Amino acid sequence: MPRIATIVLLLAAAAFPLVMQSLEQAYYISFASRVMIYAMAATSLNLILGYGGMISFGHAAFVGAGTYTAGVMIVEGVPSALIGWPLAMLLSGVLALAIGAVSLRTRGVYFIMITLAFAQMIYYLTVSMKAYGGDEGLNLPGRSTLPFADMKDDTSFYYAVLLLLALSLLLLQRLVASRFGRVIEAIRENETRMEAIGFPTRRYKLACFVIAGAFGGLAGALLANHGNYINPSILHWTQSGNLMIMVILGGVGYRYGGLIGALILLGLEEFIANHKIAWIADAYPNYQQHSLLGVGIILLIIVLYAPQGIAGLFKRKGAGHG
Amino acid sequence: MSGILILEQSLNGLQFGLMLFLLAAGLTLVFGIMDMINLAHGSIYMIGAFLAATLVQATGSFTAGVLLAIPATALIGMLLEVSILRSLYTRDHLSQVLATFALILISNEVVRIIWGSDIALGTPQALSGPVELIPGLFYPSYRLLIIGVGLAVALLLYFIVAKTKVGMLVRAGASNREMATAMGVNIKLLFTLVFGFGAGLCAVAGAMLGPIFAVQVGMGDNILILAFVVIVIGGIGSIRGALIGSVLVGFVDTFGRAFMPHLLREFLPPQFASAIGPALASISIYVLMAAVLFWKPQGLFPARG
Amino acid sequence: MADALLAVKGLLKQFGGLVATDNVSLNILRGEVHALIGPNGAGKTTLIAQLSGSLASDAGSLVFEDHDITALAQHERVRRGLARSYQITSIFKKFSVLDNIALAVQARSGSSMSFWRPLSAETALFGEARDIAARVGLAGREAAIAGNLAHGEQRQLEVGLALATRPKLLMLDEPMAGMGPEESARMMELIEKVREEVTVLLVEHDMDAVFRLADRISVLVNGRLIATGEPEAIRNNAEVKRAYLGDEVTTARAT
Repeated sequence: MPRIATIVLLLAAAAFPLVMQSLEQAYYISFASRVMIYAMAATSLNLILGYGGMISFGHAAFVGAGTYTAGVMIVEGVPSALIGWPLAMLLSGVLALAIGAVSLRTRGVYFIMITLAFAQMIYYLTVSMKAYGGDEGLNLPGRSTLPFADMKDDTSFYYAVLLLLALSLLLLQRLVASRFGRVIEAIRENETRMEAIGFPTRRYKLACFVIAGAFGGLAGALLANHGNYINPSILHWTQSGNLMIMVILGGVGYRYGGLIGALILLGLEEFIANHKIAWIADAYPNYQQHSLLGVGIILLIIVLYAPQGIAGLFKRKGAGHG
Repeated sequence: MSGILILEQSLNGLQFGLMLFLLAAGLTLVFGIMDMINLAHGSIYMIGAFLAATLVQATGSFTAGVLLAIPATALIGMLLEVSILRSLYTRDHLSQVLATFALILISNEVVRIIWGSDIALGTPQALSGPVELIPGLFYPSYRLLIIGVGLAVALLLYFIVAKTKVGMLVRAGASNREMATAMGVNIKLLFTLVFGFGAGLCAVAGAMLGPIFAVQVGMGDNILILAFVVIVIGGIGSIRGALIGSVLVGFVDTFGRAFMPHLLREFLPPQFASAIGPALASISIYVLMAAVLFWKPQGLFPARG
Repeated sequence: MADALLAVKGLLKQFGGLVATDNVSLNILRGEVHALIGPNGAGKTTLIAQLSGSLASDAGSLVFEDHDITALAQHERVRRGLARSYQITSIFKKFSVLDNIALAVQARSGSSMSFWRPLSAETALFGEARDIAARVGLAGREAAIAGNLAHGEQRQLEVGLALATRPKLLMLDEPMAGMGPEESARMMELIEKVREEVTVLLVEHDMDAVFRLADRISVLVNGRLIATGEPEAIRNNAEVKRAYLGDEVTTARAT
């Protein structure tokens, strides 16, 4: 994407809340924050899935670890985001290190299933934490605090999320273009040969896994703040599936795949839930409660007929090599 | 901890394990032979349970309902295979994961639309009472039926795979598809039948477990993970591994939930034990899985190299 | 007398009941071109896999430059100078020729746990990759996508990848596989150039090439090394003639 387009996009995003406020549609500011948070989570998954070729079905564990870290810090009286959010990244990263160290000893199908199983394990662990709500979750007394902005204000929160998302995307861009990024993509292409030319491939895959886990954790911390609520359901393996849907919708291995996918999926769900289409409602009065059916069908169609995702329909993978 | 309690929990573990085996067997067959990850396997289990509940209500007989649900579910499974799943065999694992995940979403909603969120399936009248196995040990007769059915199916499976021509064809198709096709085996038909058979097994498990766990939308999602843990432990493609893995998982999970809190209370201060006891119990099978994988990354009895 | 760069002792590898490598011992001398020949199924590729470290042996030892490398992982052996090329082309099909070779250069020049600095800024790295591309005869083809190369060019890239790791011992597994006479001649010239700086272990079926290039030849049959020696000695060895499909050995032209 040319630099001008990026700047225009950033400016539009910055202006968005002001526009929404003037239109008296402040709800959409909160919705946009949610889209951006999921964009960060999906982008972190795209790093290991799209660039690294590692099909991890347990990414929700890292997002959830971040959610609970940030939430617990608030509940325990340490609401500062400058402590809570980096801590969320750290703990998610450490969790990714532990899970990755065991899982990356396996390949292919085994890897997929093991990451899935470990994520379920973390889910059950969280459910059993009665002190923090157990399986019902916990309402947070407030959001994390930043010294120079009031996070309770949805617009301030929006800008914080926007800033962090922009930084994450920038970091991803540099990462992909760096030595490390080249190694990760090459491992995806031909891991055997990478070993044969002298790269300790498992080490690099693990590093990638940890980085992705840490950014997933940041997204999780923001999620806890967005809803003022922590709940084990964020760790359920079907949430990992949601993130994967976003990645494939937006474009696997495409720099903005996570963002586009989050926008499409959440936008679709929002649209179906809150905007009744008369002619559909006449035939199927309850259709809005079954939005997942539509999501499932669209996903199936995309996988069967357009596996490169929406982005792939318009251009080749952005990070391809010439 | 009395011997009676241990015996009772052992039977529970065996019962759960055998039902898991029904799911795991179908899953590992599809995996081992078609090299396909099928997340929708849990959905077929759910559909089998719902069909059984409906047929039991329609016929008024538990046996008739369950027996009819088996071919009905097998048919649905085969239709699914022919229409959608067949095109996934040659695709990469990510596509298979996403497509079958889409099928989970679709089937959950379709079931919800047709039946609603849940449906009642009760234990058959004749088996609602306990049986005294040994003096002091009363065990629900229905659960004994489950154990019986599970063992019977396991034997049937062993017989089919190891001793019959069909079983040999299945194993041949698994190890060398081209060779099997060259020898005149209709691979496509074989795969469809294998899939249908796996679906039938799911129906048995769903129908039998229905009275114990509730028959509700999404019931397949969590048991699917357990089935995956089983075949990872047992080794992909191996029926024997699936059996041993299932029984192992069944025992560890049951014993973990029953005895872990008590055990911890022996060694740890009570507030600690009650805090981490339930947590450790629920993750015990994952710890088992991690331990097996550390020592044998391809499971206990990998059928493929 | 040249010393042994790689000393293989008693290597054993079994797959179930099949003995793929049967107590193989041999020395690769520094500076030589050592050919490994044998009928199909003799276990040549299995042996190379064990030497390179991608396959663990059941027994035996490997000493490379006086260091025991038996327990080392493949990437560690590469770092020490033991590289291989593959019989079935194993390159990075979606990358350009230059990017392919640059990867191998990158592997041994500095750490790749570098997350911020753009790779494209490393002119030295790509400069060296360009040189290697020229050495293997791919000058002018650097920008081509590897998957679009002709078969012969892919085999050249295959060797280039291994060469870019600056090996001391280069193990070439059937570099001329699937090549016509012109391409084979080019590959032979390449190996002749390369041998001036690098010790070569050459697995080949092309007997012309073997007898032209090799200083010594080892013959592997059913996992067992039945003879090692200079080309003439091997050509006249009765057991070799018996075990190997004799025609190829006796009718190959002498050096």
